[in-house]
Amino acid sequence: MKAKIHVTLKQGILDPQGKAIEHALDSLGFKNVANVRVGKYMELDLDQNDRTKAEAEIKGMCEKLLANTIIEEYRYELQS
Amino acid sequence: MNIGVVVFPGSNCDHDCQHVFKDVLGQDVTMIWHKETSLAGVDAVILPGGFSYGDYLRTGAIARFSPVMNAVKEFASGGGLVLGICNGFQILLEAGLLPGTMLRNKSLHFICRETCVKVENAATPFTNVCRSGQVLKIPIAHADGNYYTDPVTLAGLQANAQIIFRYCTADGKVTPEACPNGSLDNIAGIRNAEGNVLGMMPHPERCAESVLGNEDGRAVLSSIVEGIKKV
Repeated sequence: MKAKIHVTLKQGILDPQGKAIEHALDSLGFKNVANVRVGKYMELDLDQNDRTKAEAEIKGMCEKLLANTIIEEYRYELQS
Repeated sequence: MNIGVVVFPGSNCDHDCQHVFKDVLGQDVTMIWHKETSLAGVDAVILPGGFSYGDYLRTGAIARFSPVMNAVKEFASGGGLVLGICNGFQILLEAGLLPGTMLRNKSLHFICRETCVKVENAATPFTNVCRSGQVLKIPIAHADGNYYTDPVTLAGLQANAQIIFRYCTADGKVTPEACPNGSLDNIAGIRNAEGNVLGMMPHPERCAESVLGNEDGRAVLSSIVEGIKKV
């Protein structure tokens, strides 16, 4: 099973990288851009065919290591 | 007295710490590879600065799972003194030995320069040779030093005098302009509720002898030596 994991800053947490990109887009003429947020994207192969078990494993990975849940939230998709 | 300095892959201030404790303060120093599982025989532990595991994922996020960190946790829960400097502070946060986390500096820049920090609490094993309110000039060198935590935790840190160092002006005023990185409440260093674990972003080991033109950092490191004598 393949997992695609997105880790992003929670709403309300300052994202200086997002702000910098927003300003850069603005100066390039993309004037209708707002709320740029930068996150991380990870993919991994999981040797697990049971979807429920796979979800539990991915959640464990996110809570323990992949996301810092003080400031970040995560979501994932699983593909068989 | 024996000071343990933990060496992670990517630590780069470990030898500076060793030099100051050994050659400047005259103590024994044991370098502890991160694969070690015991801290037997050390009186205090330093997690030095650097870029452990290349700062991959998040600063300190992978180092916290090094085998030695279980021993560090045990040592801390037994009341042993633990100091995390810069990346060491970030590791203590990820390990949950200190509350909160670091965001990227507000400016997005890696900042390497001298800062002034105010000693907010001199009644700690890390500041006992300082005066409360004393201003120390200590350099910072980091990209992720923008301390963040939730409002409840911050209020707790304030109420329990856990904020030990705040960025300030040269004459000791804690102003937003004096904060180099956007840290909440100008936080440069905090300790845990029990008082035996300190994390700080400035590098005292980089300014602990007169030949370098600044000895202010010595106050922090010699406080640890004095602090252990008192225990």
